[in-house]
Amino acid sequence: MKRSLYTLGHWFDKRLGFRDSLLPMLTHPIPRAAAGPMGWWYIFGSASLTLLVIQILTGIGLSFVYVPSADKAYDSLLDLNYSQPLGWFLRALHYYAGSGMVVMVLAHMTQVFLHGAYKYPRELTWVVGVVLLLCTLGMFFTGQVLRWDPDAYWGLAVAGSMAGRVPWLGPDVVRLVLGGPVIGGDSLSRFFALHVFIIPGALLFFLAIHLWLVIKCGVSAPPVPGQVVDPQTYDEAYHRELKSGVPFLGDALLKDIVCSAVAVIAVVVIAAVVGPKGPTGPPDPTLGGANPRPEWPFLWLFALLSLSPPEAETFIILVFPVLLIAVVFLVPFLSNRGERASSRRPVAVLAVVVAYAVLGVLTYQGATSPWSPQMTAWSSDPVPENLVRNSTPLQLQGAVVFQNKNCRNCHALEGVGGRRGPDLTMVGTRLTRDQLIDQVSNGTPGGGNMPAYGKQISPAEMTALAEFLTNMRPQGMPAAKPASARHDEKEYP
Amino acid sequence: MHPSDPAPAPPEALPERRSFLRWLTYGLSAVAAVVMGVPFIGYLLGTWKKPVEWVRLGPLSRFPREETRTVVFDNPIRRAWDGVTARTGVHVRYQGKDSQQKDQFLVLAINCAHLGCPVSWFPQSGLFMCPCHGGVYYATGERASGPPPRGLFHCVWRVRDGELEIQAPHYPTLQDTLTESDNPTRRTS
Repeated sequence: MKRSLYTLGHWFDKRLGFRDSLLPMLTHPIPRAAAGPMGWWYIFGSASLTLLVIQILTGIGLSFVYVPSADKAYDSLLDLNYSQPLGWFLRALHYYAGSGMVVMVLAHMTQVFLHGAYKYPRELTWVVGVVLLLCTLGMFFTGQVLRWDPDAYWGLAVAGSMAGRVPWLGPDVVRLVLGGPVIGGDSLSRFFALHVFIIPGALLFFLAIHLWLVIKCGVSAPPVPGQVVDPQTYDEAYHRELKSGVPFLGDALLKDIVCSAVAVIAVVVIAAVVGPKGPTGPPDPTLGGANPRPEWPFLWLFALLSLSPPEAETFIILVFPVLLIAVVFLVPFLSNRGERASSRRPVAVLAVVVAYAVLGVLTYQGATSPWSPQMTAWSSDPVPENLVRNSTPLQLQGAVVFQNKNCRNCHALEGVGGRRGPDLTMVGTRLTRDQLIDQVSNGTPGGGNMPAYGKQISPAEMTALAEFLTNMRPQGMPAAKPASARHDEKEYP
Repeated sequence: MHPSDPAPAPPEALPERRSFLRWLTYGLSAVAAVVMGVPFIGYLLGTWKKPVEWVRLGPLSRFPREETRTVVFDNPIRRAWDGVTARTGVHVRYQGKDSQQKDQFLVLAINCAHLGCPVSWFPQSGLFMCPCHGGVYYATGERASGPPPRGLFHCVWRVRDGELEIQAPHYPTLQDTLTESDNPTRRTS
């Protein structure tokens, strides 16, 4: 039996020639230290690859049921969630394994950066790796559109409006993004083609190059402080180090397998516990209440855009991402030599810390998005009772005006309501009656964030509103005084 | 090259016929690439268009003077398989008759001029508000505040047989609005 199997294997290998070509490649030596305890730093790349395999498998599985047609996609998602056996699980796994893949790719990239593994001769490996990161993010973005719900529809609207800002070519780019003059079936088909054919094709192509480069340039040894990279001497030193190396395909892979197994179990458990994401509702654009937000890998950019002044928007949409990507691409060309150990590269460590701090804060802001008005606050969030307990009839009338004129959509009271504008719970301590009337009548000077209510409100309503707002202050707190009166008042400098 | 290697024989001039055939092969391949590539790229970059279509929004009596009504309809600019995504809406305001006794309407697209989110009408304050980034517009569609770089997009309308009709709207963007006169730079589609 064993003998005949061996003969069969020999028959194939005589024709395929794997033993002479592929096998030496897979068993090529890697630095011994990379297989030691430091090898735990090397696990993220293979984990990304493992999650990619899950994405391919679950993606193919989903395509058995999913219909990329604007009138049927939503129904097919519901059927996946509720009718198809384990359809819910496959959808959840596809989402969380995809999220995990982004996390692992970023971890891998951070490790490579901190260990200076992108330096000579692995510059191209880094560049191709950045392309793979972009492909992964592209998969995330296009995948959200396939979840054909209001977020997908209005996400396309936002993408279309952004594309419309491209100088001169704007209208053509909009049509190219949307696939036609309106958001609809063409847009969905287009993003389906991107998600299922175009980006995966590019991803697998560049992945092959990335892996080829890993084998060709060799796995980098863990950095040692003081051991500098010099392109003149590196190759020789590296090959000397490999003399005591261990095979790539062997015990060195055990840590990778552990990490991959943990990653798979983690995404499976999360998928099973949390369940599939959306769809939130049918993609009917007339339902209203839209507040599209991008998937989590893009929340930071969404927040940056939303928190910037309108004049900077077109730059942030069209130029900033290009600059950022260019900087990441150029990393190995800014320094491909010198120290690799992060203990000798404080600027690199600082860059990582700052980058993750900024991304983290912006992502948090994006997730909470306090800049979006709450369109139902005026009718659904009552004025807190304790704010009007001792109010005069005029002040009570002012509270009604405040709600009825939709002020609450942007202005919270005691933290409840929109947060586009300031919370007005204590506005009476900040603004005088005249200042309040001026602010309400004329809005933010220069056409800022508050509309001028001068023509939207009657004099009687304004009187009541001003009375209500000037008394919005905690008991014992003095009312705001006009600046002209202020310098006599020694106690309030 | 190693110095002990014998010098290579000088390249022989290719026979004229062989050289001609080689160029013919290149030329043939180039022709094949162009006849295949040009229409294929053309297909990828091309998007469909529809001739102007008019949508009936209802009899004039449906629109009281100086009041804003949101009308929801199926956009005839659509694919047969667009489903509910073909639904869209406009905000209509009847402004009374002009000096020639003609009815005047204001028909505003639902998409915010900032990033396209759907604006809602609030009759209590007489403002349109956008749920995304807080763009606010007056009843006339003029920008009141927030990030929008301009007012709401105007639809082309007409009155036929006592009914208000509008030109079916495409997705409006800053350089591709719904009316010719509204376009700041180039053209309407």
